[in-house]
Amino acid sequence: MSTLAAPASKNNKSMILLNGRIIDPANGIDGVGHLLVVQGKISAVFLNGEEPDLPDEVDRIDLAGKWVVPGLIDMHVHLREPGEEYKETIASGTRAAAAGGFTGVACMPNTRPVNDSYSITSLILAQAAEGSARVYPVGSISKGGEGKILAEYGEMRKAGVVALSDDGMPVVDSQLLRRGLEYAADYNLLVISHSEELALSKNGAMNEGYNSTRLGLRGIPGIAESIMIYRDLAVAECTGRPIHIAHISTRESVSLIRRAKAKGSLVTAETAPHYFSLTDEAVGNYDSRAKMNPPLRTADDVMAIKEGLKDGTIDAIATDHAPHSVLEKDVEFARAANGIIGLETAVPLTMNLLRNGDIDSGRMVELLSLNPARILGVEGGTLSPGTVADITVIDPDLEFVYSVDKIVSKSKNSPFIDWDLKGKAVLTLMAGEITWSDLH
Amino acid sequence: METGYHFSHKHILSLEDLSSADISFILQTADSFKEISTRSIKKVPTLRGKTVINLFFEPSTRTRLSFEIAAKRMSADTFNIASSTSSTTKGETLVDTALNLMAMNPDIIIIRHSFSGAAQLLTEHIETSVINAGDGTHEHPSQGLLDLMTVMEKKGRIEGLKVAIIGDIAHSRVAHSNIIGFTKMGASVCVAGPGTMMPPAVEKLGATRCNSVHEAVADADVVMALRIQKERQDDSLIPSLREYAKYFGINRSVIDLAKKDVLIMHPGPLNRGVEIDSEIADDPRSVILDQVTNGVAIRMALLYLLMGGD
Repeated sequence: MSTLAAPASKNNKSMILLNGRIIDPANGIDGVGHLLVVQGKISAVFLNGEEPDLPDEVDRIDLAGKWVVPGLIDMHVHLREPGEEYKETIASGTRAAAAGGFTGVACMPNTRPVNDSYSITSLILAQAAEGSARVYPVGSISKGGEGKILAEYGEMRKAGVVALSDDGMPVVDSQLLRRGLEYAADYNLLVISHSEELALSKNGAMNEGYNSTRLGLRGIPGIAESIMIYRDLAVAECTGRPIHIAHISTRESVSLIRRAKAKGSLVTAETAPHYFSLTDEAVGNYDSRAKMNPPLRTADDVMAIKEGLKDGTIDAIATDHAPHSVLEKDVEFARAANGIIGLETAVPLTMNLLRNGDIDSGRMVELLSLNPARILGVEGGTLSPGTVADITVIDPDLEFVYSVDKIVSKSKNSPFIDWDLKGKAVLTLMAGEITWSDLH
Repeated sequence: METGYHFSHKHILSLEDLSSADISFILQTADSFKEISTRSIKKVPTLRGKTVINLFFEPSTRTRLSFEIAAKRMSADTFNIASSTSSTTKGETLVDTALNLMAMNPDIIIIRHSFSGAAQLLTEHIETSVINAGDGTHEHPSQGLLDLMTVMEKKGRIEGLKVAIIGDIAHSRVAHSNIIGFTKMGASVCVAGPGTMMPPAVEKLGATRCNSVHEAVADADVVMALRIQKERQDDSLIPSLREYAKYFGINRSVIDLAKKDVLIMHPGPLNRGVEIDSEIADDPRSVILDQVTNGVAIRMALLYLLMGGD
């Protein structure tokens, strides 16, 4: 498949990952064992004390105390190339992905120019061939992302897009969304919706509530999101096509999706780590690093997001990695750009949920790997023998301070800077090749 | 002042940042400076050699002049910079402007800006003391202080008073500062206005949200009308100034609901016949011009205290 950005393997060698806790929910596996990689593919998994008899030339990596999971897939990132390479490039963004434990990322089309064509998709994939993670381009629903006419899905599919979205903006015109869903079906492409009722969010800078009043900032009410999700669900249902709702942040959004799933709708949804880690209190005194769209919400919304992650309403955790430079962030709050980087903090923030008992480790792998792979229809998400050796090794006990000098992404816009974090990807393998290692 | 008190603020960004002890101290200091403005030679040498920059990104006559007069009566050198916030696409950022000003070693920068948090942003990048002269729809602390001073002067106390603030609470930095200031000093603040102009969770700021102007004004010791900005009509917050005046304006029949010795206040500039009837603005109980007079004293006090006077 042409979306396979990196070559299948340059690696003829074999490698065995020893003594790690292998967590592979697709195969019902959670236990200490060994995992053999041969020629870029998973060759065998040894569990229950089974010891392989291996020749000496096989590389041995001891991973006692660490977790071995399918390569993480972030289904929502902004790599900024082409057009805003001063914020991030495909090279720097995929390096940040590898550092955060991701072996694949789906990049949103709101680049400059917008990815609405064969040529831009091809350019992205050509750049990605040298990258540190697989890149799955998302094409735009509408030409130029302008919400007026359909983009060329057939051509983009041929070039390698895996999904369609006008992310950054909603498709305001319901008829266009309907046509997009119908036409996407011809190419078996998923539509990802950025759900926002613009009339309600216009000029808003943060969540509407006490904190927006305290700071004198225009608020964005929760219903700006949920009203549009309701519309999106209705339109998708009418077409009988699946729809994926991006970055949900409110209790009402969770309950709408829960209800739609109960009715049998083909809806899937993602949230981002900041929506279960922070509330609008994080804006503090106009800290633009806590500004994103949708905005950080209330403690009650955070609770609902956690419930949705736990009960299966929310299918995936995606970072919405949105690099911005100081030019966009070091300005008056209402003028500051929306978005934060997220690739390098997703694992420890998600592990906070584990430590608090909100989800277990199998569910974490579903949210960060298995489900994104299935939703996007891309390889990975499992450790099944015969599949590509995209593997992430996590040290669940590694404690570190997320300091600016450690950030791999080209941009540093994160509200988690200087946080004490626990749990980190220490080894990332793409097709058996090491793309990131913190092992000594 | 009680023993142990020390004014320790480097900036004046909001009344939220100030304690009731800070506010009392500022009011006392301002009271002692008020006399200077009544002398025939209205100048003291206190801030001689200090440089004060008025950095105004929004049109303002009264506030800018008030700060300038305050600084000059204290013998500081003042400089005015008027700039348009809409020109930043071709111009430099606020942070760069501030860094350039700081390079000229001023002692105090007074900033007015149409974006909330602009004064705070300045303090994160420069060493100079900053006074917020109004930032977007956030706060206008010197206005809040001069309003407190005026009420204190006329009523002898703040504690226990009922203060009604009427109008566009959501978009008024004056209302915001006053809600915080008056509640901190022990008054009860009631707000009323069109539903479109009520901020979310205003109660959490300390105000009581009333369902009608009548309810807010009933038995009030202070009635403050806020200026209605004409562009709010375009925002669809009110259908017309005419209807606003009829249902939310302060007129004779409304003011009659308040205490007989009510103080009538307005931060100016007035839209006579819109938020306040002409005869009410000119009523003997109106202290609108006292507010302006006290503004100079409050700003003298703020400049003095930030420069280390104590």
